[in-house]
Amino acid sequence: MNDILLNIIEKYRKKNGNIIFLLQETQEALGYIPKQAIDLFSEELNIAPSRIYGVATFYSQFRLKPTGKNIIVACCGTACHVKGAEKIINGLRKGLELAEDEDTTPDGEFTLEEIACLGTCSFAPVVLVNSAVYGKANINALLKKIGSKRKKSA
Amino acid sequence: MHKEIVIRVCMGPGGIAAGGKEVLGSFREHLLKAGIFAKLKEKCSSHQVGCLGLCARDVLVEVHINRNKTVYQYVKPDMVERIVSEHISGGKPVEEWLADDTFKTFYGKQMKIVLADCGKVDPEDINSYIYSGGYEPTREVLTSWIPDDVIDEIKTSGLRGRGGAGFPTGLKWELARRSKSEIKYIICNADEGDPGAFMDRAVIEGNPHSVIEGMIIGAFAIGSNKGYVYIRAEYPLAVERLKIALKQAYERRFLGKNIFNTSFSFDIDIKLGAGAFVCGEETALIASIEGQRGMPRPKPPFPISKGLWQRPTVINNVETLANIPYIIRKGAGWYSSFGTEKSKGTKVFALTGKIRNTGLIEVPMGISLREIIYEIGGGIEGGKALKAVQTGGPSGGCIPASMLDLNVDYESLAKAGSIVGSGGMIVLDEDNCMVNMAKYFIQFTQAESCGKCVPCRVGTKRLLEILERITKGQGRDGDIERLERLCNGVKNTSLCGLGQTAPNPILSTIRYFREEYETHIRDKKCPAKVCKDLLIYSIIEEKCKGCGTCMKACPSGAITGDKKKPHKIDPNKCIRCGACFDVCKFKSVGRD
Ligand SMILES: Cc1cc2nc3c(=O)[nH]c(=O)nc-3n(C[C@H](O)[C@H](O)[C@H](O)COP(=O)(O)O)c2cc1C
Ligand code: FES
Repeated sequence: MNDILLNIIEKYRKKNGNIIFLLQETQEALGYIPKQAIDLFSEELNIAPSRIYGVATFYSQFRLKPTGKNIIVACCGTACHVKGAEKIINGLRKGLELAEDEDTTPDGEFTLEEIACLGTCSFAPVVLVNSAVYGKANINALLKKIGSKRKKSA
Repeated sequence: MHKEIVIRVCMGPGGIAAGGKEVLGSFREHLLKAGIFAKLKEKCSSHQVGCLGLCARDVLVEVHINRNKTVYQYVKPDMVERIVSEHISGGKPVEEWLADDTFKTFYGKQMKIVLADCGKVDPEDINSYIYSGGYEPTREVLTSWIPDDVIDEIKTSGLRGRGGAGFPTGLKWELARRSKSEIKYIICNADEGDPGAFMDRAVIEGNPHSVIEGMIIGAFAIGSNKGYVYIRAEYPLAVERLKIALKQAYERRFLGKNIFNTSFSFDIDIKLGAGAFVCGEETALIASIEGQRGMPRPKPPFPISKGLWQRPTVINNVETLANIPYIIRKGAGWYSSFGTEKSKGTKVFALTGKIRNTGLIEVPMGISLREIIYEIGGGIEGGKALKAVQTGGPSGGCIPASMLDLNVDYESLAKAGSIVGSGGMIVLDEDNCMVNMAKYFIQFTQAESCGKCVPCRVGTKRLLEILERITKGQGRDGDIERLERLCNGVKNTSLCGLGQTAPNPILSTIRYFREEYETHIRDKKCPAKVCKDLLIYSIIEEKCKGCGTCMKACPSGAITGDKKKPHKIDPNKCIRCGACFDVCKFKSVGRD
């Protein structure tokens, strides 16, 4: 991991980059932003860790925890909301057996994320399963789909 | 005789979601198999195009044979074989799959300027844009106009910013031109934060060069050599197509040094947004490009005098910029012939919610809501009654069904307590609860509040708490007045546009749906049956067949009863999830 991070620092120096750039590159490479990365950036670039954390927690794009193998993104934008997104999201949380404040299943198989509008409002409610779009989503069909993924990887 | 065949497959946001790529692939395969390209020596091309508008019917496919157009709706890959053999080879369209009449009314009332080429040009091929007249306006402006000509032309056109506030674009450019500085910037705001709108996404995915061209012309007018497109990372395809478009524009030397052999040079870079609604606000956006937390700062100084890296900066919305080449091409007089006295031209809306024809529409300013909902939109889904139309997203408001004859323009919507906004238009029917809608939006703005100023940080939180209380059946006397007072406080004292507009959804729903609030507070009931905690589920004995389906579906074991005998719900165990209501085939679960 260290090599990847050092590479990013190199790029940062060359491009006269900024903190958002550092974090976007890190997440692109590692899928999330580990504490180790923040410590290293702070040391190498002489930026206070609080400033890096400040940026990382400000933007919803950045994750400080690793994600599950499969990523499910449920839209909670307005168009989806009026078409029952809440039911879908509650159903997914229940189906995946997610704990109250968690968004990843304990077995590391699934992460559920919520996003405000995917830009395909005509198909509301919309859910992405590993980037594949499920429009006019139906909770039972979705759970079946997800269940079959779970079996395959089990 | 040669047949000229062109097949266009919609690859807008809707088309792709519905499987446009697979349909296009299937056309390529079946055309090849049928030997249509080779054997008959026909000129045949199948290509991807941007959004055709009527996303609800996707995948839409246009088949042009010798310029006769036929449109198919809901196309799936396995339908392609028949279309190829019966229609393209056999000459007889497959009747049952053709787009029906509502399709015509959908387009009838529209006026397309920004979207005119979306669905015609191939967004990944610059030549296709050039053939349609693209980059000609840029050439003309750079080689034979002076910057003041451009500013005059845009001022005369009456174009106003499409990002929400409606500030006159020509005037903005003029002010930036007058700002004295060696270095100036132009930024395209493609952050599209309104949750329920996708106009800007569709324009960038469908016709990215129109935006690039708008930026070049704007940069020339204000005297800038460097531009940025600030775009949401949540739109990967738009980012991808923009990158392709920029690369091709550089190859053709429409960007870079000495464009069209003039002394004017201009570069464009992409900056990815990292998911924060407040970054749509100009000063926050600037902070974000500089790599900091996207926090707004007080204005003045305005970005036109002190913006990115303290330099004069013009920020324009995607749709605003996409209008520019067409205004130059056809003239300010032509453009200003559309619209009303103070709102000129057209506006793109994302028409969604409980409406039959969902999709992207472009209409002349001043069209009535009724025309949009009933003629273009084809009316409400499932024969339900229209309740309200939400415009302007979290900064806007709800317009009740009784005001359908309202004209859609900046002034009329503002008077009605809403805004044109960036163009989200969400149709609500009798099953939507207005208190819930207000709560939804304030939840959104509360979460997105950057926390810099107290009225917005604390005020939105308190507003949310009151609304949560009301929707949980714990509303108190005087809550409505409390909401109104707090709303006005937040509105008048917040630092940036986010806080200043966040109370709008609450104020407008109180204004038009006060009774619904009162029913929630006084009677602890939700007339639209949305607010979970106010619903009571019970089994209607006469209708219950005792099949046990609801018993199985109930997650909390609240339902008991013997087989073939009416069941019962224990109100103390019931968690009001509605699972029994949804599964009962005999409609014997009552909800009140
Ligand atoms: C909270 C907030 C969010 C905004 N989001 C956007 C946005 O997503 N896209 C946009 O173009 N303008 C947005 N705006 C408006 C911009 O600040 C700015 O007025 C606009 O981009 C100017 O361009 P225009 O004059 O072409 O409309 C937002 C404003 C506020 C206060
Ligand atoms: S609101 Fe869900 S895709 Fe737009």
